[in-house]
Amino acid sequence: MVQVRRSTVIDAPVDQVWAVLRDFNGHERWHPAVAESRIEDGRAGDETGCVRRFRLKDGAELREQLLRHSDRDRSFSYCILESPIPLIDYVSTVSVKPVTDGDRTYWEWSSNFAVPEGREAELAALVGAGIYEAGFDAIQSMFGQAAAPRMSATARTRSVPTQADGRPLDGGAVVVERYGGPDVLRWERSTAMPPGPGEVRLRHTAIGLNYIDVYARTGYYPLIEPPGVPGMEAAGVVLDIGPGVHGLLPGDRVAYACPPCGAYAEFRTMKADLVVPLPDYIGDRLAAAVMLKGMSAEFLLHRVHAVGSGDTILVHAAAGGVGQLLCQWARQLGATVIGTVGSLEKARIARAAGCAYPIVYTETDFVGRVMEITGGRGCDVVYDAVGADTFMKSYEALATRGHLVSFGQASGPIPPIDIAGFVAKSAKVSRPNFGHYTGMPGEVRSITDRLFRALADGVLQVEIAQEYPLREAAEAHRALESRRTTGSTILVP
Amino acid sequence: MVKVYTSSVIDAPADRVWAVVRDFNALPNWHPAIRDSRIEGNHPSDKIGCVRNFNLKDGGNIRERLLALSDYDYSCVYSILESPMGVSNYVATLKLAPITDGNRTFAEWSAEFDCDPDRASALVQTVGQGVFQGGFDALKRAFGRR
Repeated sequence: MVQVRRSTVIDAPVDQVWAVLRDFNGHERWHPAVAESRIEDGRAGDETGCVRRFRLKDGAELREQLLRHSDRDRSFSYCILESPIPLIDYVSTVSVKPVTDGDRTYWEWSSNFAVPEGREAELAALVGAGIYEAGFDAIQSMFGQAAAPRMSATARTRSVPTQADGRPLDGGAVVVERYGGPDVLRWERSTAMPPGPGEVRLRHTAIGLNYIDVYARTGYYPLIEPPGVPGMEAAGVVLDIGPGVHGLLPGDRVAYACPPCGAYAEFRTMKADLVVPLPDYIGDRLAAAVMLKGMSAEFLLHRVHAVGSGDTILVHAAAGGVGQLLCQWARQLGATVIGTVGSLEKARIARAAGCAYPIVYTETDFVGRVMEITGGRGCDVVYDAVGADTFMKSYEALATRGHLVSFGQASGPIPPIDIAGFVAKSAKVSRPNFGHYTGMPGEVRSITDRLFRALADGVLQVEIAQEYPLREAAEAHRALESRRTTGSTILVP
Repeated sequence: MVKVYTSSVIDAPADRVWAVVRDFNALPNWHPAIRDSRIEGNHPSDKIGCVRNFNLKDGGNIRERLLALSDYDYSCVYSILESPMGVSNYVATLKLAPITDGNRTFAEWSAEFDCDPDRASALVQTVGQGVFQGGFDALKRAFGRR
């Protein structure tokens, strides 16, 4: 059974809107898809049981019967008797209600029906967008109102396949032919097989670009065996699911950030357990841009260490992708945020993200400055993804019983450390691995729930500063490696 | 029987608004007229039959019983047990519906009750505007700051 429900607000009093909608034969006067309509047997357009016979502008002829009509509730229900479109057992209700606050009208149009297997998403989109929302637009313009923005309008109007039929699906993908520079990225045909047990097949709508994709391409990390498809995060729509997959349905908007690589593709078949449904308020582009960095920020601030009110933390590379999210989120949690940055310009970016004390480490010794700011106490937590250049100094900047969280080594491998020396501060040291925190299906949902709420509340702000067509991924890699990008970059199929 | 109906549009997704209003003990967190609230007998605030006992900022004390709560329909029904308003058989429903155009929320708050006929229009004003619209205005402000 397919359920379709759409609703809108019309900038006119409810009685005026109902006066237009209440006539079961009136749709030929206002609905853009209806060419002509008449009520059979000369009955009235508000008489329960009457049948309207109408022709759509594309030539299709339908018969629909009025099942219920109430001026008191301002609502009517009807069913399809005959239709060339396979909407089986289709029963629909139109209902308007007053918005007393502003004298406007709430209008809901919903239905239940069955369709031939595999055509759920296509026919749900036809009814929801082609009939209901097209009707909303017509009535809105009748009352002189501009059309409202719709969250997933783009997803519904794309011409690429929105559903699959259990056969292999051909699309394009960016392939690393051999380890090397950006030139080894080639656009090739790629086939997404039907999903097997525990798998889901997706149509990607936006793909996130991360520096780890460069490491995958060059072979610095052995993430792919050429020829292979790079990419660790994306958003998209579920086309079909394999046996044993629960909690995902065809048509669901979803996103993921997890190994193995393979996101640089139009279609992808992958394990379903780390794919999460997206709430309506998180757009596809935002999800693709933020999943990997945002999930990292979530487990660093809530799971590796529970940062709270009164804590003072130090964030290295505070103007970087994860760095900015750490600053924004930690400040909202009540922490005082100190950050290191490489330039005055980046200090401004870090400050805007909530870093109270940006330190330009090329000009100022950050350990001394941290001690000055904290009155000689040091930081409760230091977040260090810089590695070789900073690790021991990060320890020096730590408060007694402080926590040094090392989550990367951008400047090179960290030399062996003498843990016995850490007794001087009773220091804690963590070396979290993304996969260990985000590799459990149950935990992924709780991480993304908190991440999505923080995005919706505006605690986290993500700037999507660059957008490249997927097939121009090589150019996006060049820009990333030459440090020409700011904020997040996404690739769009 | 007196009927009151107030509705509004809140510029936030319905599941987010529902997360705020579904807690029967959370009125002081979002409604500007409420000073404090507790659930009698230490019951969970989403247990049907639980009683919230709350004080208004102007001093009145009200006890209300939760009659129905649906996370599926985003709706909550409750009755007044004791209040200084002079109403009887008071049953109110707070219900949300997603507006798919623009991903907003249609919020309805309605009540039916009996009272002294002379006081009906004043009570309709107090309940419909003071309590219900006052609550919606606060939600609109809270979510408008996003």
